[in-house]
Amino acid sequence: MSTPAVERRFGPYGGRYVPETLIPALDELEREWVAARADPAFQEELGRLLRDYAGRPTPLYRAPGLSAAVGGDVWLKREDLLHTGSHKLNNALGQALLAKRMGKPRVIAETGAGQHGVASATACALLGLECVVYMGAEDMRRQRPNVQRMRLLGAEVRSVDAGARTLKEAVSAAIRDWVANVETTHYVIGSAVGPAPYPALVRDLQRVIGDEARAQVREAAGRLPDRVIACVGGGSNAIGTFIPFAGDAEVELIGVEAAGEGLDTMRHSAPLTTGARGVLHGALSAVLQDEEGQILEAHSVSAGLDYPGSGPEHAFLRDSGRVRYVAVSDEDALAAFGTVARLEGILPALEPAHAIAWLLAHPDPGLSLVTLSGRGDKDLAEVLGE
Amino acid sequence: MSVASTGVDRIASAFAGHGKRAALMPYLMGGFPDQEASLAAAEAAADAGADLIELGIPFSDPLADGPVIHDAATRALAAGATPYGVLTVCERLAERLPVVLMVYANAVLAAGVEAFALRAASAGAAGLIVPDMPHDESGELRAACDAEGIALVPLVAPTSTPERIAEIGADARGFVYAVSLTGTTGERDSVAEGLAEMVARIRDAAQVPVAVGFGISTGAQARAVAEIADGVIVGSRIVRAAGEGGAAAVGAVVEELASALS
Repeated sequence: MSTPAVERRFGPYGGRYVPETLIPALDELEREWVAARADPAFQEELGRLLRDYAGRPTPLYRAPGLSAAVGGDVWLKREDLLHTGSHKLNNALGQALLAKRMGKPRVIAETGAGQHGVASATACALLGLECVVYMGAEDMRRQRPNVQRMRLLGAEVRSVDAGARTLKEAVSAAIRDWVANVETTHYVIGSAVGPAPYPALVRDLQRVIGDEARAQVREAAGRLPDRVIACVGGGSNAIGTFIPFAGDAEVELIGVEAAGEGLDTMRHSAPLTTGARGVLHGALSAVLQDEEGQILEAHSVSAGLDYPGSGPEHAFLRDSGRVRYVAVSDEDALAAFGTVARLEGILPALEPAHAIAWLLAHPDPGLSLVTLSGRGDKDLAEVLGE
Repeated sequence: MSVASTGVDRIASAFAGHGKRAALMPYLMGGFPDQEASLAAAEAAADAGADLIELGIPFSDPLADGPVIHDAATRALAAGATPYGVLTVCERLAERLPVVLMVYANAVLAAGVEAFALRAASAGAAGLIVPDMPHDESGELRAACDAEGIALVPLVAPTSTPERIAEIGADARGFVYAVSLTGTTGERDSVAEGLAEMVARIRDAAQVPVAVGFGISTGAQARAVAEIADGVIVGSRIVRAAGEGGAAAVGAVVEELASALS
């Protein structure tokens, strides 16, 4: 098997726009990931945990109700069935193992929907690491059950009160903590964003989604899909889903962002669909910003998509034309949540409900594969309007 | 000082001719609490013995800054501060002393690196500090600053390896900004251990002066830093004074620091 690079840039995007204090830690992380990725003992340990603890491989499920609704063949990659309820655990387990390998006893994480925070708290409980999770105060309100889960798992949840009090500020607070405690602390970033090597590291840890799905769909349907669809906030489930299909020219790849209250309202989270080029949280990518380079607040009903930036590899894949990025409104995502619940008996998280909403709005007789990146129990308050 | 002197020359003169134990460089947030008040505060700092001014351009997501400066940036932006507005403050101050702009990478990239360097130089800035554009990412901006005769001042951190210090020092313009501690900006009780060794290593690598910042707030700390470095940068304490007592309070703090360095 060839070893792909741990890229610092994806075309013009990516880089390491962070204070000098962090550069040696990023160098170390890059070296350690190159070594760990090639180390059979590390891969065996990670593979064992993903299988026996987390529950991989997750099923690929042919969804009859959705198939009938779009007049085609719809398959769901069931990351909602992974331990802790979302794909975030793939990355958190890998990075927590890496923290142990680097001898760092303390882990910090940011979280939006709370899924990455729960995954990090879980991995730290399992591996005996101290865990601090930064979360915007607004997200703590929206995702109360996940805050309680993190605390039960032994993590300290720190409320972030700056700005819109959502994911952007939580990432900034985590980076500031890391600048101050870099010698003892590993920052488990939760999406395919941030300074290099994070976008490549998170992609490598999440590509298990697409690797499994590609093999499963060929086994079950005897062919590759016509369309592969995933939601994109920072973009970790999407990049992990897309990359194994990137060389299959006949497979259309579609990333679904959050259009919030509408792309023309300034109340959305769709930088790839609409945004200019800018630096946020250490990487050059598609970013919501004003003409002077101030970062704008994002908006989405889904806390996990409520972020003004996106992973640099997505910006590259957009420019290259390999992936098409589209956006779905709060209203349509909420409607899709209800449709999936009734047609399939599955409560999807509001994040992948955006991907399903796009699918429902674009019926196609072909084979569509959608990554159902997490379960929706956390979103009940939002969905029920409580 | 001749009108034609470059920003790099003006910084060198300020470090050569301050007549104190070390050059004193207060940091002020442009546009905080509003544009006119930030100019008045900086003028008060100049009157009270500042040798250079570090002038911050407020940014929405300042990753290198602690709570005092972050809050000042947020309030400046809420009051309508813009990079152009801060450059007009720079223009007025530059008549009196060298001004080094502290600006985050995205504001530079949004304008375009060459356009930003030109605009800064036209406003009389002597140099730029971009805390989230480390050495590896800064080649293009350094070339643009060189073309305009202004200094791209690099930062060195306690975590920087000797190899990095050598590379950063060799490319340094104006002065090297030595970050005294592993953390964000903000007041601390004492000066970090290991600072003297880091400053000595920078001196070996760089042809320009070394100024120390982050965590320095008292006259005693400033004097301790002056034992080992060529310049002292004081940020959060000054910004706090600007917020609490305006120009008069800034003048008083700078006077106290300047007398500790005399």
